[in-house]
Amino acid sequence: MLRKIVDLITSLKLTIVCLAAAMALIFAGTLAQVHFGIHLVQQRYFQSLFVWWPPEGRSFKIPLFPGGYLVGGLLLINLIAAHVRRFQWTWRKLGIHLIHAGLIIMLAGGLFTDLFAVESHMRLANGEAKNYSEDTRQDELAVIDITNPEFDQVTAIPETMLRRTRIIEHPSLPFQIAVRNFFPNSRIQMASESGNDPEPIVNRGIGAQVSVQPLARATAPDEQNIVTAVIEIIPVDLASGGTQVSLGRWLVSDALGAPQTFSWMNRTWQLAMRPARYYKPYSVTLQKFTHERYANTEIPKNFASRVRLIDPERSTDRDALIYMNHPLRYRGDTFYQAGFQKDDSATILQVVHNPTFLAPYLACVIVALGLILQFGYHLFGFARQRRGTATA
Amino acid sequence: MKRFLPILPVSLGILWVASSFFPPKPPGGDVDFVRFGKIPVQVGGRVKPLDTVARNSLLIIHSKQTLRPSDGRQVSAIKWLADTLFNAPMGDAYPAFVIQNGDVLGLFGWQQSDRKYFSFAEVTPFLKQIEEQGAQAEKLQAVERSAYQNAILNLRNAISLYQRLKNSVQPEGTTNFSAELEAFEREIPNGAKAARARETGEKFDQAQLDRVAALMQRYEKSAELAYILPVPPRGQSSDWRSIGQTLLQSVTAGEIDPVVRLYASLGDAYRSGDHAAFNADVDLLTNRLTQTQPVGTQRARYEFFFNYVDPFTHSMTLYVIAFLLACISWLGWSRPLNRAAFYLLLVSLAVHTFGLVSRMYLQERPPVTNLYSSAIFIGWGAVIVALILERIFRDGIGAACAGAVGFVTLVIAHHLAGSGDTLEMLQAVLDTNIWLATHVVAITTGYSAMFLAGMLSIIYVIRGVFTRSLTPQTATSLARMTYGVVCFATLFSFVGTVLGGIWADQSWGRFWGWDPKENGALLIVLWCAIILHARWGEYIGQRGLMGMAIFGNVITSFSWFGVNMLGIGLHSYGFMQKAFPWLVGFMLSQLALMTIAGIPLKYWRSSRTSPDSSLSTRKHEHFEFTPPKLAVETTQNES
Repeated sequence: MLRKIVDLITSLKLTIVCLAAAMALIFAGTLAQVHFGIHLVQQRYFQSLFVWWPPEGRSFKIPLFPGGYLVGGLLLINLIAAHVRRFQWTWRKLGIHLIHAGLIIMLAGGLFTDLFAVESHMRLANGEAKNYSEDTRQDELAVIDITNPEFDQVTAIPETMLRRTRIIEHPSLPFQIAVRNFFPNSRIQMASESGNDPEPIVNRGIGAQVSVQPLARATAPDEQNIVTAVIEIIPVDLASGGTQVSLGRWLVSDALGAPQTFSWMNRTWQLAMRPARYYKPYSVTLQKFTHERYANTEIPKNFASRVRLIDPERSTDRDALIYMNHPLRYRGDTFYQAGFQKDDSATILQVVHNPTFLAPYLACVIVALGLILQFGYHLFGFARQRRGTATA
Repeated sequence: MKRFLPILPVSLGILWVASSFFPPKPPGGDVDFVRFGKIPVQVGGRVKPLDTVARNSLLIIHSKQTLRPSDGRQVSAIKWLADTLFNAPMGDAYPAFVIQNGDVLGLFGWQQSDRKYFSFAEVTPFLKQIEEQGAQAEKLQAVERSAYQNAILNLRNAISLYQRLKNSVQPEGTTNFSAELEAFEREIPNGAKAARARETGEKFDQAQLDRVAALMQRYEKSAELAYILPVPPRGQSSDWRSIGQTLLQSVTAGEIDPVVRLYASLGDAYRSGDHAAFNADVDLLTNRLTQTQPVGTQRARYEFFFNYVDPFTHSMTLYVIAFLLACISWLGWSRPLNRAAFYLLLVSLAVHTFGLVSRMYLQERPPVTNLYSSAIFIGWGAVIVALILERIFRDGIGAACAGAVGFVTLVIAHHLAGSGDTLEMLQAVLDTNIWLATHVVAITTGYSAMFLAGMLSIIYVIRGVFTRSLTPQTATSLARMTYGVVCFATLFSFVGTVLGGIWADQSWGRFWGWDPKENGALLIVLWCAIILHARWGEYIGQRGLMGMAIFGNVITSFSWFGVNMLGIGLHSYGFMQKAFPWLVGFMLSQLALMTIAGIPLKYWRSSRTSPDSSLSTRKHEHFEFTPPKLAVETTQNES
């Protein structure tokens, strides 16, 4: 039995089946982007064990096809197992070994990147400084204690937690936050303008005057979800740990510009739904954004952001230029020129934290070397043979 | 006799190509369009000769590089441009605009007929409608537009281009531009004096001020509309200037740039039919630009020469002849025909290479910068590899492949050129010669190899099923070639894909993002890996390899074109609706060929010739290569 399993996971047939499944998956995942957008397709097809049907929002679902993690994982296991089992050291096979060792590095690196890399944006107007970047797809509910004029104490609750958990507690908060309603994407309008009724259960803040219309999650690459939630603040009795009378229900949303304030027990708090922030131990200031075009055309010639990097910890205060194909790498983060505001008044930098970014570079060199050795070996063998037959 | 046979087609080919290297001299006293066509200007950010501007504009407006008015004579692009620039009534009368869509014709109240070319004068009454309808269509995504909307949008763009051209050198409707400029120059100091006087509150000549202001408004409009920038840059800037802009600048400079005067004078001469004066002005202008812009002028001259030689059309024709010669060689007279095909291919390749290298020189870039140049390069790479195969095997197969792939890719390139300048400036992210030279070249070389492998397999299938010429020996050498080429494709596709990932890591911050073009490249790599592993594991024999290589054509064409047609992703270079049926047709034809390959061997004509043909028993001893026994425990056959 065990032998059969070992045979199976080391078999060439499994390799071919996995490769074919990968092709089918990638083909389907490419076509699906036309309707679902690249981010959703990535999650459903490539960053999952199975591709499910129907996609979401139903009570039942059935696996339609193995997803990227399953196919890639099996391929990785198959690759490693086959090589462990059949490894033979001969010069002839050096090429083959190099190719597959490189592929292992590449697949494993891809998996690590998927799990640990963080992509975010930093949007800077001319002259603006920031010490954080923002997630483009994940929100957070920031609960900010602004009582002390010296500093703010921020407690950030990730969107995923809001979606899954009904009651949220945290040691830094003297109250529970109960999620009464959650909209992954929505449209917010003043109730007086839209003609719809305001969200009925909200009784505090601006939210009592707005109507919420639930929307399907955004698919186009330039579309953003407007995350909205209705939360209730329920103070906790410190002595008994029991709950007290609720302070009320607020509506929090990306669409609301200013944070909402409330006071309790002589402390003042702010509530804001906003893109999740990643704080940095340094700050970046935009000195100047330039956008050049070719004469008499709209074809972009160059985008560049001149920024100032200040890091007291590392005694760094310098200017840097970020432009196409020339990112700035600093303390494990890489800043890329990603976009700009239409009137060129602000730049958008992509900030990537990826500890394994070197894996593909390494893998590429190893595999290419292996392929050259392997096919070179064939070619020379073939040429030798032909010369042999020609002289014979 | 047979020994000399190859010399005939080859020398004819050389003569034919050579004849195009010498542009004809215009008969004395006629307008010298050759010298006029060589004048450098800047359009789309690039310095190019007027000849290129004329050809590309006419291609956008007319879909062809020459015009044929109803009287049957042929009008060259440069003559059409000269009329458009200097003699609007003449330009307006050419039937240049293509209108085929029945709904567009219906919009104008016209019935569909054989006629598909219309003049600007004919569409003038409908300009407002075209503008409105075009604006409506523009609001939609390219993929969502109907055929009518695409047609109206194309027409609107063509008209807008034509109108911009008309205003490029002189404001539309000018009768004597030189005189107007002289008057302008005279008025400038008085106008400036009047303006100063008005500012300080003194008495000033209102009429004087109005005259200058009216002219300046006219030049402002002309500067806004201008498509061509004919005046070389001044000072530090590298941007050329439009006539209107230069005239506005001359208010502060106090004098009019001599280049503007020369253009005005040659335009007036052209309009009045004074050919000698026109030619003399062209000479003066050329001399002046040669002095101030030596590099630009030289490059423009070279580009004119390149346009004139038209290398790709020539090599396209030669490829097809070579292909036919190679095919005929399998029926009889093999040696001489074979050699003729081979040497003709060398001539064709030389012309092809000349075109490729010329483009690299003109653009100062690696060979592949857009879809058009990828087609040129894929053909070039495939022809070279196929010729190497032909040199080794000498059986006409490599030659036939070279001819077929070279021809087809150049036809594709020809159809991709319809969008205008094929040497266009590159978007910011592409402005990097390192990655263009490595990633793009590797990927396109991979495409070349995939198509070549597919072509070899098609020859195998066609010859095997429909003719008796596929002997076991030929079959084996075809299989070997295909296998070798697939290996080559694997190497380049893999390296190219990974280099693309690294480029993406450098410019967007992620190695892999599941973008359609990335996925397309990965599909090729995976398919190559499947072919190689299936063969090493002996799950497929000769025919299986061939069938899979044909399917490689489907995958490669999807990766090359199909993903661009999805209209999404970072690599979409515009939606190509017209090409879609062709792509689908190509894919279906490949699937049909695969089905034919699947016909049982007993029905193959080639296997019926010799009952003991080893076609069917090739499975285990088909290759002299020693396949690496990676995962299958069979006996090692060390050679």
